[in-house]
Amino acid sequence: MEFISQPWAWYVAGPVIAFVMFLLFYFGERFGVSSNLETFCSIGGAGKFVDYFKIDWKENAWNLIFVLGAIAGGFISSYWLSPSEVVAINPQTIQDLADIGIQNAGATYLPDEIFSIDTMLSLKGFSVLIIAGIMVGFGARWAGGCTSGHAIVGLSNLEIPSLISVIGFFIGGLVMTWFILPLIF
Amino acid sequence: MKFIKFFLVGILFGIVMSKAEIISWYRIYEMFKFQSFHMFGIIGSAVLLGMLSMFLFRKKMVKTFEGNEIHVSPKKVGLYRNLLGGILFGLGWALAGACPGPMFVLVGKGVVSILIVIFGATLGAFFYGLLKDKLPH
Repeated sequence: MEFISQPWAWYVAGPVIAFVMFLLFYFGERFGVSSNLETFCSIGGAGKFVDYFKIDWKENAWNLIFVLGAIAGGFISSYWLSPSEVVAINPQTIQDLADIGIQNAGATYLPDEIFSIDTMLSLKGFSVLIIAGIMVGFGARWAGGCTSGHAIVGLSNLEIPSLISVIGFFIGGLVMTWFILPLIF
Repeated sequence: MKFIKFFLVGILFGIVMSKAEIISWYRIYEMFKFQSFHMFGIIGSAVLLGMLSMFLFRKKMVKTFEGNEIHVSPKKVGLYRNLLGGILFGLGWALAGACPGPMFVLVGKGVVSILIVIFGATLGAFFYGLLKDKLPH
């Protein structure tokens, strides 16, 4: 149990993620989480407005079930397998975050400055959450995949479009982290 | 019953995302600051082993559990699509500190505010569908 309750090292997590991908292909499907966002749109009736969403969403039901499993896995892990909330990030990272106005970095999984209920209910906090989501959803579907579909599957399959997308992920991520985040908090 | 295996694989995915702290906003910030090897090691080792899987699929040494050949459908090609879509995604990833997979895992962790991010992401996918024909690909 010692192994389970400790945070998992990268050399455990990477192979487990590769195994998840392997299993999904072995079961005759694929690994890509962001396509579920389109399925949500189809279920919500977006096909009435845009033909792009006129699909038989039941063909993607397996992926919705996968997501339900991911939610269950998050619950199981948080409530039974994780005695500590502390994330052992680099002390320099903690200092950098304090400098831009995010306190107690690493004491829990998420910063209160973005995710607390109080923040969520403020205009600025709500805007940050919804704008972040819109960029992720719009960007993932434009690029044709997210971290799972492009960074894991696409790079494994040596695909140029995925390499370009991952370079894009990093350009966007670096600009946000280094230049925009310091202006927000 | 044919869906239960996907539920179980999803549970494994949720546990690894959570136990390796991939769902932590701080781990994503730290990655984009290049202040830890953690996330790079995870993605790098997953891709290396993923290449091995792809090799086994391509050589038909591994088939699906029903005995069918495994074809990994290629991604759509297009510089603007991949680069501009990728940049927009990256901006959101670093702000939310979560990509689509971890968003759902955080729901299981009981993070109420992540529901707004997921709603936003669904809205984003809808806007993409709406504007698709006007965007460069």
